[in-house]
Amino acid sequence: MLTKEQIAKRIAKEVKNGQYINLGIGIPTLVANYIPKDLDVVLQSENGLLGIGPFPTADKVDPDLINAGKQTITMVPGSALFNSAESFAMIRGGHVHLTILGAMEVSENGDIANWKIPGKMVKGMGGAMDLVASAKNIIVAMQHCSKDGQSKLLPECSLPITGIRCVKKIVSDLAVLEVSPEGGFILKERAPGVSVEEIQAKTGGKLIIEGEIPEMTFE
Amino acid sequence: MINKTVKNAMEAVADIPGNCMLMMGGFGLSGIPENCIQALLAKNISGLTIVSNNAGVDDFGIGLLLKKRMVKKMISSYVGENAEFERQLLSGELEVDLIPQGTLAERVRAGGAGIPAFFTPAGVGTEVAEGKEIREFEGKLYLMERWLRADFSIVKAWKGDTSGNLIFKGTARNFNPMMAAAGKICIAEVEELVQPGELDPNQIHTPGIYVQRIFQGENYEKRIEQRTVTQ
Repeated sequence: MLTKEQIAKRIAKEVKNGQYINLGIGIPTLVANYIPKDLDVVLQSENGLLGIGPFPTADKVDPDLINAGKQTITMVPGSALFNSAESFAMIRGGHVHLTILGAMEVSENGDIANWKIPGKMVKGMGGAMDLVASAKNIIVAMQHCSKDGQSKLLPECSLPITGIRCVKKIVSDLAVLEVSPEGGFILKERAPGVSVEEIQAKTGGKLIIEGEIPEMTFE
Repeated sequence: MINKTVKNAMEAVADIPGNCMLMMGGFGLSGIPENCIQALLAKNISGLTIVSNNAGVDDFGIGLLLKKRMVKKMISSYVGENAEFERQLLSGELEVDLIPQGTLAERVRAGGAGIPAFFTPAGVGTEVAEGKEIREFEGKLYLMERWLRADFSIVKAWKGDTSGNLIFKGTARNFNPMMAAAGKICIAEVEELVQPGELDPNQIHTPGIYVQRIFQGENYEKRIEQRTVTQ
């Protein structure tokens, strides 16, 4: 089983030179730490910045410079600042190449649920619905099962949906999977030491296994 | 140039009545109108509907207005991390309309730009779409969303001149420029108020036409929600 850092590290392999990328809160934020240094990519923060840099040193903390998770950040050289309408214009307009976000559930046709648990506190969807409705490529970072062992990769989402038919790829603590346009999770890679049988047992939705499934690598 | 200067926050918010619709700029606690929030707290009004991306925290920002029970309804995209908010919501004292963040920004922009409705893909197939017109364009489904306008909008800028031209700093810009345009009366509080001609016209983010009142704020706390540093 992968740690959160390993999930982030595996997702970083999906990043391509020249991409504009939006990273969600949680594991997706960690992906920034593992993007190869020889790639030129730009990270978008939906509160109005292209060019997120590392967290500041204590003497450089600026309350007027935060990311969408309200963490203090810095800007890389060549950054651009803009308002929230402009920010979502670039998201909705399809200019952001890759969105990486967390999920509570994903269905075998690519629906995602990640904003609400009925009966518990509802915090709001933030920018997630806009992002999943428009991004060209969506990769989900998630745990394969809930804490009580229930699969989060399902035939249909049981929680309120954030977006329909939008997830292209999933990196869980057990596997890398692609969502088939015809429906179903196509198993692409196994986490080190995890068997196809275990992944099958822990996947609620239709799992498509074609040929030999390799163990994932991180470099 | 038209002089829009008022003396301070108290004078700026003096005629804001209860039961009206207010917009307030800011993302989290960044770029919120701290002085006007304090001035509103000193007024004996309630029943406010507030459009703001977030609802502050328990003891700062809009959270202070919630605590004093001045707010009837919040229109926001994300309202997490606020215990008093949660209590009022669960007990039915507070109404909340949760809106996808990009839709919220565009509804406010549309309000200021005179566009009564537009179509967006955000929320198709979700509970956000309930009761809304859905149309297909070029093979993809979109929801109709309506503009948002307010009786008053309150924004916070870095610099402004007496005619209402505004410049924002960093990510404190966020919802402020669209809200300036979407309020019948826009109140701008700024960290530094200068005379016309002192700001470079090439650098203005919000032209003064949208701003009716402006003053130089004081004692900005600029509280940080998640202080994150590298060693």
